[in-house]
Amino acid sequence: MTRYIVGRVIQAVAVLWAAFTLTFAILYLLPSDPMELQLAAAGVQEDSLTPDQLAAMKQRFGLDQSIWAQYWHHLTGVLHGDFGTSLSQQVPVSDLITARIGGTLTLSVSAALLSLVAGSTLAYLATFARWNPLRVFLTRVPALGASFPQFFVALFLIQFFSFQLGWFPATGNQGGKSLVMPVVTISVLTSSVLAQVLIKSFDETLSQPYIATARAKGLSRSAVHLKHAFRNAALPAMTILGVLVGLTVTSSIVVETVFTREGVGKLAQESVLSQDVPVVLAVVTVAAAMFVLVNLIVDLLYPLLDPRISHTRGRVRPAPEVVTAT
Amino acid sequence: MSTAVADVVVEDALPADEPGGRRANLAANLVQLARKPVFLLAGLYVLFVVVSAFRPKLFTAQDPYETHPEAAAQAPGVHHLFGTDIYGRDLWTRVLYGSPLTIKATLIALAIALVAGLGLGIVAGFFGGIVDAVLMRGIDVLLAIPGLLLALSIVTALGYGTVPVAVAVGVAIVPGFARTTRAEVLRVKTLPYVEAARAGGASWGRVLLRHILPNSWGPVAVLAVLDAGVAIIAIASLSFLGFGAAPPAAEWGTLIADGRNYLVTAWWLSLLPGLFVALLVLGLNHISKTLQELTR
Amino acid sequence: MIVDIKGLDVGYLRHRRVQPAVAGLDLTVAPAEVVAIVGESGSGKTTTANAIIGLLPANGRITAGSAVVDGIETAGANERTLRRLRGSVVGLIPQDPMVGLNPTKRVGAQIAEAVRLRGGSPDEVFEHLAEAGVPDPELRARQYPHELSGGLRQRVLIAIALAGKPKLIIADEPTSALDVTVQKRILDHLGGLVREQGISLLIITHDLAVAADRADRIVVMQNGRKIEEGDPATILGTPRETYTRRLIAAVPRLAPRFDVRDQKPPEPILTLTDVSKTFAVSDLRRGARGFNALDKVSVTVPRGQTHALVGESGCGKTTTLRIALGLETATSGSVKLDGDEIVGRSWNRLRPLRRKAQLVHQDPFATLDPKFTIAQSITEPLVSFRIGNRRTRLERARELLDQVALPASYLDRLPSELSGGQRQRVAIARALALRPDLIMLDEPVSALDVLVQEQILQLLADLQAALGLSYLFVSHDLGVVAELAHTVSVMSHGRVVEQGPVAEVFTDPKSAYTRELIDAIPGRRVADAV
Repeated sequence: MTRYIVGRVIQAVAVLWAAFTLTFAILYLLPSDPMELQLAAAGVQEDSLTPDQLAAMKQRFGLDQSIWAQYWHHLTGVLHGDFGTSLSQQVPVSDLITARIGGTLTLSVSAALLSLVAGSTLAYLATFARWNPLRVFLTRVPALGASFPQFFVALFLIQFFSFQLGWFPATGNQGGKSLVMPVVTISVLTSSVLAQVLIKSFDETLSQPYIATARAKGLSRSAVHLKHAFRNAALPAMTILGVLVGLTVTSSIVVETVFTREGVGKLAQESVLSQDVPVVLAVVTVAAAMFVLVNLIVDLLYPLLDPRISHTRGRVRPAPEVVTAT
Repeated sequence: MSTAVADVVVEDALPADEPGGRRANLAANLVQLARKPVFLLAGLYVLFVVVSAFRPKLFTAQDPYETHPEAAAQAPGVHHLFGTDIYGRDLWTRVLYGSPLTIKATLIALAIALVAGLGLGIVAGFFGGIVDAVLMRGIDVLLAIPGLLLALSIVTALGYGTVPVAVAVGVAIVPGFARTTRAEVLRVKTLPYVEAARAGGASWGRVLLRHILPNSWGPVAVLAVLDAGVAIIAIASLSFLGFGAAPPAAEWGTLIADGRNYLVTAWWLSLLPGLFVALLVLGLNHISKTLQELTR
Repeated sequence: MIVDIKGLDVGYLRHRRVQPAVAGLDLTVAPAEVVAIVGESGSGKTTTANAIIGLLPANGRITAGSAVVDGIETAGANERTLRRLRGSVVGLIPQDPMVGLNPTKRVGAQIAEAVRLRGGSPDEVFEHLAEAGVPDPELRARQYPHELSGGLRQRVLIAIALAGKPKLIIADEPTSALDVTVQKRILDHLGGLVREQGISLLIITHDLAVAADRADRIVVMQNGRKIEEGDPATILGTPRETYTRRLIAAVPRLAPRFDVRDQKPPEPILTLTDVSKTFAVSDLRRGARGFNALDKVSVTVPRGQTHALVGESGCGKTTTLRIALGLETATSGSVKLDGDEIVGRSWNRLRPLRRKAQLVHQDPFATLDPKFTIAQSITEPLVSFRIGNRRTRLERARELLDQVALPASYLDRLPSELSGGQRQRVAIARALALRPDLIMLDEPVSALDVLVQEQILQLLADLQAALGLSYLFVSHDLGVVAELAHTVSVMSHGRVVEQGPVAEVFTDPKSAYTRELIDAIPGRRVADAV
């Protein structure tokens, strides 16, 4: 078991490192002229500088060093929680992020929880409903939810609940009320994704012969659904929890922009607009870390929830057939 | 609940005197599709949008950039299907003229995803072993960066515009294609008919081209249609966030973002183009679902 | 009467039409009676069983007639009524024990559910496990299904059925999923239990021999109708219907068709000498199964004759065949095909030899590429070896279809339009395309209905006589082996335990294992009656 845990942790760290490296490569190797990009972010025209000034700038951004040196510098920095300095705002990136991550985490976690509840309820009802039209309708609802672009959902909610009904504020992050519409906007997508996966899994599970065994015992439909189908259907769906959390984080970019909430998502949007490379690198790294962490937790919990997977010692073998005198 | 043991093992074949074969099979499938009204509706709508992307003049006589201050911010009506914006430009026309950019970006993104995803998936699934392990770890890494953020980093590096956005979105959906293709190739590779072909002396090249690819293609195609919708949303989102084509060219996302400021007074500026996009994605979604049911 | 069915019609709703599955069925089961319903796939036997226990699929409809179970009408009954029947009146032992238990629930808990529904105390779980013949009930109750062997899982399913204290137990195809020796022990045990406790037993089976051995009364069904009914002696002795007669004729008698005891064996076409195979431990897919390795297997296929490899699942018979075909490499030993050593040959150097040996696979539904027409499938080996042109290949395909007795109009068909038996014929035609000397048959009839089995076996025998083919034939079914093979190797745990002419091995088995295999074969009553 310890070997399994250690293995998983090492794997998670490796993936995170690789994700950081890939993002670094995209941001620092892809642009034809990194200097121009970074000067633009800092609000300076490259042409307006004297050669001396240019050299000084280069040194400031670390562009006078080789790419490996820059990479090493960033990597060691990240390990110490130092993501460098924002080009457009001239403050440490880590300060920018820590000031905003609380709001985004609240948003993400609430949305993840709401979509867990809404998504599983929808999937449960869609597979439990016996009246065929209702079943078909409930099965199609998630496709609907996944088709609406989030900015559309957000704008629709604002138009209806803020401007028409005046129930919730259209913008800002003051108080719990301002959280409602952003969370709902994100959950429309994530709960639809979850429900689609769960419905598929439920359908597969319900056609398994052991469900027939359970029904043949005389268990009620709801007992079979809850005690036999639910767990077996939910287990494979657990693997998308990481994707789901990833979705809530990326959704925060659009949602925070539309609802003008301060958060990492809006920071990401602003820094891409101003091509603030260190901030973009930091945001991507933080998001990847969250994704990797959730996946790690799922991986570690999975063996506890699924008895078939035991990582103690190789694979479990079926006991040999025992001959009994009858 | 569809439990209980099924009693249907198909032992009754098609009678010898009935027409069979590929053409009859195709015909039967088409008839089945034609009987689904929602599918037809979705197909027509998607077709309409794609055609409008290349020939917008077919569906509107107005100019997308001509301003009519006297007809500013008119609500949707007979003359202006989607109303007019604050400069009096016809919104319906603007939406249609926004199609080319978004549709082309979607096609570029899908092409990238298909070529790279199929390539990686086939290589990984077909060769297996260490090649597979290395490629799939690579895919894991790509998956670890949430799609939109990966796209944003690429946009940061490449700059704004339709092509960078298309490239960014394309790269972001590569992992899904690679995984699906690999899984299919792995599944088909071990099927008895592949073994039978090998035993019959067929080379791996032939087995790959004639057996594995045609039989792996179905789920990949279904995913491609579904991902076309995903790509449209992603591209619209990126242009909504302000990373798309520069004004006055108007991608759908940009139109919606501009209309945002007039939500109180002219709701249609944002919501109607949004609905237009949503219906397109919904249509693609439905087509993908129907195809999936058909191939099963 | 526990079960009293009169004029029952059941159908399945497909594309807004009801396709009949059972028509005008009359059936009774008396208390403590053992009744067997015998029929091929599509005969409506499983539908009947599902109707009795009220577990028809969602699209299943009872359209006419009545089915009274323990005094309660089930036709048109609501879920609540049916639920009261399930478990406490009718218990079910499902077909496949490997997938019949909830994988994430402990075995004991799954039995306890049934006990609790009846209002029993939790301790009874152990009693029922013991009754079903599970040793160490306290230990087993705490385990999960995947920790138990197939035989034990079957016994757990029996315990679940017993836990409801039913008046009737339905056993659905109790002989199809497990090895014969295991199944025999379990069926013997179940038979003893129901007689002891006075429970009625309804056996659903495709195997007339099983029915004849164990039932008080046999009901033969075909195409949803009951065509004949009676006690085993009458059915076997004086069957009225031709269909029944054909079923009886198809029961394997273990009467070897060929007797080569006193003949000098012809030259071997294939010789395996001391072939061993160890799967690397890291190979999780196969290594986990563990017993698949081979230990110094030596097998000879005489030219123009059939050699059978027989044994239970996991004995290594399929691995042997795959090594002989060069699809798997042996760890050590030698494989000589027509004098040429194939072990250690690369794919390209092996390729010319492929023309001499071909394969027919077990599963008729997966052996043909669904996207290929029949013509394409059959001519593929010719294309691979660049033999002939389009026209001559098509000509050859026509000829081959004719040899396997399929009309030429099937050339343009897709596999999905063919029945299982027809697909297997196409697979045989494909194997013949290169005019090989040797065909490897991997359980070629085990997925087919008995009567279709008969036809395919006859076809194989005819082809052998006409073309002088040699067969290496892998099967778990001794009856089938007796009908096709000249010589046989009995395998167990990767070793050959007995070898020789079929006529000798089957009539006078030397090893205890062979004897056990032969004893486990159902059909003694059939053999006695004929």
